[in-house]
Amino acid sequence: MIFLELFWTFFKIGAFTFGGGYAMLPLIQEAVLTKGWAEPEALINFIAVSESTPGPFAINMATYIGAEVGGVFGSVCATLGVVMPSFIVILLVARFFEKFKESRIVKGCMSGLKPAVVGLIGAALLSVAVTVFIPEGFTLSIFTDPQTYLSLAIFGVSAFLAFRKIHPIAIICLSAALGILGGYVL
Amino acid sequence: MNFRKLFSLFCVFFRIGAFTFGGGYAMIPLIQKETVEKKKWITDDDILEIVAIAESTPGPIAINAATFVGYRVAGFWGALVGTLGMVLPSFTIILLISYVLREFLQIEAVQFAFNGIRAGVLALILKALWNMCKKAPKGILSYCIMAGAFLLTVVFNWNILYVIIACALAGLISSLIIARRAGK
Repeated sequence: MIFLELFWTFFKIGAFTFGGGYAMLPLIQEAVLTKGWAEPEALINFIAVSESTPGPFAINMATYIGAEVGGVFGSVCATLGVVMPSFIVILLVARFFEKFKESRIVKGCMSGLKPAVVGLIGAALLSVAVTVFIPEGFTLSIFTDPQTYLSLAIFGVSAFLAFRKIHPIAIICLSAALGILGGYVL
Repeated sequence: MNFRKLFSLFCVFFRIGAFTFGGGYAMIPLIQKETVEKKKWITDDDILEIVAIAESTPGPIAINAATFVGYRVAGFWGALVGTLGMVLPSFTIILLISYVLREFLQIEAVQFAFNGIRAGVLALILKALWNMCKKAPKGILSYCIMAGAFLLTVVFNWNILYVIIACALAGLISSLIIARRAGK
């Protein structure tokens, strides 16, 4: 049953993401791509949409994938799933927060989870890079394809601006403009 | 049950959900302004507490914060209403967009635009990775876990849930060993 599967998949994603924003990306990528719920390109396109619309990344992602797979009810199930774990955990923790904060077990686990998220986002970055630069798999033709160089140039400019603390939405708009320009020129 | 308070909780978090882009920590200043300065529901210390909780519990920071503040202000129903308020704006907007997006992607110029955008998104993820790297704990163990999580996922194709559990256990065991040594 697709609705139950959507709920359960996003419940697991919600329960195993520590830290906000892109920390969720590796889990979403794995779940969505292995189940064939979205193409790699569509997923990256949607990251851009999510950056340019209000609200938390996790909610945007869950709603979008849910809608793609199961319509309105699908998006309700996925969103409910991703929200539920934090909702339950916070309700439990809010009662005895002092104990929780000083707990050696929680601190110990967090000392492993924080660097883990860095490694996992590194893996997600690699897989996004593969989709951007070699969408058809690695062949020699990528060296003669102007699209490869266009993507490299846009990536370079965007990275430069991102590290200059330019707003993500401005970067997305610029790379869209460069993409259109390049698409018609090349 | 105080319905006026619940309604006002809903409105505040609906506003926060509707006007913050990017989510996560970008939301904290707005939450502080609305719930501490304007409504005086909680204090600045509570905000610090929320950040600490959000960092050590699973799930999106925005949801953690909405549930926590809602609970503080009006118990279980407050938590429910606050969280609902936070989720509803993005849910509605994305649902509408998801229908338009597919039609939109048939246009050639839009396809070109997204070819460019994907390269831009790669840069945004790189920046996010850099920020998280800076915030992560330093030290040899931490670097080993970073490399381990990366390799287990990319080379050995481990399920990410298992990678996360293994890393949490590694952190727990090593911190217990360090504590025991310090105790002796």
